[in-house]
Amino acid sequence: MRALSDSLVIMKRQLLQLARVPEVLIFNTIQPVMFVLLFRYVFAGLGSGIKGGYVQLLMPGIFVQTVTFTLAATAQGMAQDMEKGLIDRFRSLPISRAAVVTGRTLGDGLLNIVVIAVMGTAGFVVGWRPTSGLLKISLGFLMLLLFGYALSWAGIFAGLVAKDARVVANISFLFTFPLTFLSNAFASTTSMPKPLQYVAEWNPVSTMVAGVRQLFGFHNMFGVTKNSFPSTHPIQTSLLYMVLIMAIFVPLSVQKYKNTNK
Amino acid sequence: MKSVIAENLVKTYRNGEVRALDGLSLEVEEGTVLGVLGPNGAGKTTTVRVLATLLKPDSGRAMVGGIDVVKNPKAVREIIGLSGQYAAVDETLTGWDNLVMFGRLYHLSSEAANARARELLEQFSLADDAKRPIKTFSGGMRRRLDLAASLIIRPKVLFLDEPTTGLDPRGRMEMWKVIEGLVKDGVTLLLTTQYLEEADQLADEIAVIDRGKVIARGTSDQLKTQVGGERLELIVAEADISQAREIADRVGGSTSSVDVGLRKISTPVTTGGEALVGLLRELDLAKIHPLDIALKRPSLDDVFMSLTGHAAEEVETAASNEKNKGKKRGGKK
Repeated sequence: MRALSDSLVIMKRQLLQLARVPEVLIFNTIQPVMFVLLFRYVFAGLGSGIKGGYVQLLMPGIFVQTVTFTLAATAQGMAQDMEKGLIDRFRSLPISRAAVVTGRTLGDGLLNIVVIAVMGTAGFVVGWRPTSGLLKISLGFLMLLLFGYALSWAGIFAGLVAKDARVVANISFLFTFPLTFLSNAFASTTSMPKPLQYVAEWNPVSTMVAGVRQLFGFHNMFGVTKNSFPSTHPIQTSLLYMVLIMAIFVPLSVQKYKNTNK
Repeated sequence: MKSVIAENLVKTYRNGEVRALDGLSLEVEEGTVLGVLGPNGAGKTTTVRVLATLLKPDSGRAMVGGIDVVKNPKAVREIIGLSGQYAAVDETLTGWDNLVMFGRLYHLSSEAANARARELLEQFSLADDAKRPIKTFSGGMRRRLDLAASLIIRPKVLFLDEPTTGLDPRGRMEMWKVIEGLVKDGVTLLLTTQYLEEADQLADEIAVIDRGKVIARGTSDQLKTQVGGERLELIVAEADISQAREIADRVGGSTSSVDVGLRKISTPVTTGGEALVGLLRELDLAKIHPLDIALKRPSLDDVFMSLTGHAAEEVETAASNEKNKGKKRGGKK
């Protein structure tokens, strides 16, 4: 109980940061909104055969891309706290070893809610219309937030290991950027070279995008292998990925936090 | 009662290649101040980190407030305060935000955390700046806020790791005043420093450490006697040397040493500034005009020279690398 309330204090700290430095929130939302507008109009031609236009295909892709970048944001925030010695101070306090890292992931999760809401609104303005009904749409958004939250834990570990905010931000970007493009997020995977198609098929970003598209009422196939598990069960595969990421990185992160600078 | 006991602490890095702590032992009597004096890389920060439960020693034992830091770190954290070399607070938040947050993390109620924050801001003369982000604070203000954050629960034992390193003289004086206030209130304090002057000013007892070991301990007077205390240094024209030396001998009440090549006369003194004024007066009466005259206090280097025979060199260790990294970054802001 105490561990939870300690985590909430840490989470509140991030909300206060946003209140004190509103620019952070503005930049965090401007970038995805800019992506929505750019892709919507630059690639408008890609959607010639799609009912409702390319924007129906695009929005889930861009949502997933945005939550994937949570990894870099969390890693950077964590590394900054390490650099500044703030983590040392937290570690000298009589609080649970999981509180600080949990609080950070919760804070970044909350930020994602705001960002996704703004993006969704922008998408709606430029013609995005999910057709599946309120429950499924809500589940789609929930899945996005959960995916971002799971990746946030990988970010915690990266930040604690790297200890250098700029380095870890660059490295996570080098990792997440190809991950979001080697997928079905923005274009069909069938135009890729064969080996890459297999990568795209099992890429968690692809399964997420396909799963969210499904929940928003838009079915699309991806990958090369006919009836492969990830392409026929994108939601289940994505959930599996999330459980896997958390199962690896939650204990690793808490352990690393406990023993940092040992 | 001993509030802090460290026995034979050993901490090595890089598979034993670097011995940050090499059998370090020390004690702090309850309600007193121990100054841990040493150059960069001597093991000061490592010592504090072990005592504050941030770092596990490879071997040895450490007790804080009667509690074993390795066996029961959580209980130790309930009674200590730690303030490091650079302000470990959230710089985007205000001083008020920070203190309330840390109060909540010490499990104070919301009202109690607010009340304590108000009290501490008042005590550290930061009340007027409470609603400003820390990044707009001066170095001295940041350190004071950092110190305030470590005092939220009124810790039984307080660790201050180089509290004035990097501050300008004014910031240092302010910090000293604040620390002296705490000492008057009876807190048990372990303070690390690179400055003999600082240890002299604040500490009841001083432990000099070098290469992970305590190499001398005692009151500042005891150490100074060992080192040789203050001396007057005087440079005069060649023709005046012998006469100036006689005067210096008389003022200092002892025998001066003379470096003829440098035309420098050096006299141990016990009365500090008074001796300096006395010497100047006598020289003036004798119509000798010194080219240079100074009252030299023993520095860390002097202490090291006399204790170890080597200068206070910087030993490269993982810990000091870490520290320097932090400092560099701090300096850029």
